[in-house]
Amino acid sequence: MSEPAKTDSPQAPDIGLSSGIARLTPEKIEKVINDVIKGETGARLHTYVETCIHCGLCSEACHYYLSHDNDPHFAPVGKVKQTIWEMLRKKGKVSPEFMQQAALVAHTQCNLCKRCAQYCPFGIDIAYLMTVVRRVIHKLGCTPQYIQDTAHSHSVMLNQMWVKGDEWPDTLQWQEEEAQAEIPTLRIPLEKEGADIMYSVIAPEPKFQAQLIYQAAVIMDVAGVDWTMPATTGWDNSDMAMFTGDYELMGRLKRSHFETAARLRVKRVVMGECGHAFRSVYDMGNRWLGWQMPPIPIVHAIDFFYELLKEGKIKIAKKFDSPVTLHDPCNVVRGAGLEEKARYVAQQLCEEVVEMTPNREHNYCCCAGGGVINCGPPYKMTRIQGNRIKAEQLFAAKTRGARTLITPCHNCHSGLHDIVHHYGVGLDIKFFGDILYDVMEKPE
Amino acid sequence: MHDVYNFVAGPLVWVAFIVFFGGWLFRLIRMFSLINKKEPFIYTYMSWKYSFRSIFRWMIPFATTNWRRKPVLTIVTFAFHICLIITPIFLLAHIILFDEAWNISWWSLPEGWADVMTLIVIGCCIYFLVRRLKSPEVQFVTYPSDYIILAIVAAPFITGFLAYHQWINYQLMLILHILAGEIMLMAIPFTRLSHMIFSPFTRAYMGSEFGGVRHTRDW
Repeated sequence: MSEPAKTDSPQAPDIGLSSGIARLTPEKIEKVINDVIKGETGARLHTYVETCIHCGLCSEACHYYLSHDNDPHFAPVGKVKQTIWEMLRKKGKVSPEFMQQAALVAHTQCNLCKRCAQYCPFGIDIAYLMTVVRRVIHKLGCTPQYIQDTAHSHSVMLNQMWVKGDEWPDTLQWQEEEAQAEIPTLRIPLEKEGADIMYSVIAPEPKFQAQLIYQAAVIMDVAGVDWTMPATTGWDNSDMAMFTGDYELMGRLKRSHFETAARLRVKRVVMGECGHAFRSVYDMGNRWLGWQMPPIPIVHAIDFFYELLKEGKIKIAKKFDSPVTLHDPCNVVRGAGLEEKARYVAQQLCEEVVEMTPNREHNYCCCAGGGVINCGPPYKMTRIQGNRIKAEQLFAAKTRGARTLITPCHNCHSGLHDIVHHYGVGLDIKFFGDILYDVMEKPE
Repeated sequence: MHDVYNFVAGPLVWVAFIVFFGGWLFRLIRMFSLINKKEPFIYTYMSWKYSFRSIFRWMIPFATTNWRRKPVLTIVTFAFHICLIITPIFLLAHIILFDEAWNISWWSLPEGWADVMTLIVIGCCIYFLVRRLKSPEVQFVTYPSDYIILAIVAAPFITGFLAYHQWINYQLMLILHILAGEIMLMAIPFTRLSHMIFSPFTRAYMGSEFGGVRHTRDW
């Protein structure tokens, strides 16, 4: 085992990780690692590990590596070396200290963005290898505290933010009343069986970004969409369990979400501007439940806005006049190919779109996704220092005129907020929904 | 010396080819049985179209982002792999051996070409060695086994070159050359040289996931 990577600031304490590690014994670690490797992995893990020729060509794909002046500890393959290779080589006989470092690597130094999969000549899925490490950490009970707390909330409340049963419809009614001041006939239809669309959000929206629900309601109302929201659990499409490796819980969450949509007999689920939730319903959770593709069509907000604009259901009163640059979120661009639709939406809404580079499927991650931002304040600087390259990329876009940064993903939005503030980039950050709400034609 | 030669050029050749092809088959059977047992979902996502899209794209120099980012390495790695595979198969001396044994023969490389291609392989191996020693991101993930497999690959070409030019003890060099070739063949299925066996499958799977599910490019 080599020296841990150099970091510029000391690690703040993480009680979930440290107390979890303190409970470990070498025997328990060995058993859990081997149980996961023998019981839960198969051809993918073994083929990936045996095919990797240790060439290091994945390194420059990673924003952590680039941001840490090419420190090899942050190269994707370097992270594999510090985690799964050692576990396999030592057949699970690794120390609690090793597991602590492995948890930091897998949980806070990798966003599972899969950019490295596009750089590996063999197409080795390194993000998958990191999720195997997280699964081991989950089964050992050493998951970082903050993200584990959100997983607990998922488990108890079936939403990410401890939103209580009555708080949910209450919040919707509150936003409905607010919006009625603007459009008196506006409704947020609850539990409307047979509606065309169920609109689902992540729990941070009702918890502290309720204006996003307001905006969505106005957009739906003006576009004349037949939509509904559930009054019961199943409204939250988010999923931190997917990132902690608690796949049983991920299955419960997605089942609840899909079954709620099925109960309401909607034709499609439209979701807000969130990337990880899209990954959960479109790629991970559906598979865990045995669905090749989601059982009900899932439409990300980018796709939905594209549709509304393309079909003329929303008209633009006056385009947004501040030049914008567009961040391509991994989970909906590298994960679903929505890059051209995002550009169409941006061009319809805004006077000027300045491209950042690299962009589209080669965009740099925000460094918040993959559950990293959800590991909480102890790792804020890990994220910020780990993504200096993003600040440089944003500065370059700003130099070419951009004043506003569009991030159609919650994690990207929050993560880039920290990047922009720490490095003093000075870009205003907005969702598509924010701009669409501002520039659309609304009834007098 | 003659006994040793007869052994390495006789029974050991059989052993080497049986281990090589048998090992190849064994590794594939093991991979597919693991998929069938543990991850049969993989078949659900496999797509011929996107598999070959990905494989062909990565087989063309400079056709992918990363090949373009690393022009020297790209030239070296393509030259290396092409010469590594073509040279031994189309080497006149090897074809003559097959002709003498089984009376079968095929087109052969002009000897001068074969000589140059051998030097290319050796040169590329030196490049890989230097890269392993000097590039921090490669050095960090280098194990002794990485040097060993590089040596296993370089050895048949170095000894073959020396034997062809008869510069050092010809008989000894010839025996070492045959032995080195046999070691390489036998090592392929059971070391990381098995990327020769597995890489089309890992590439195809990632190509299928990116093309069919993610609707984007994996290069």
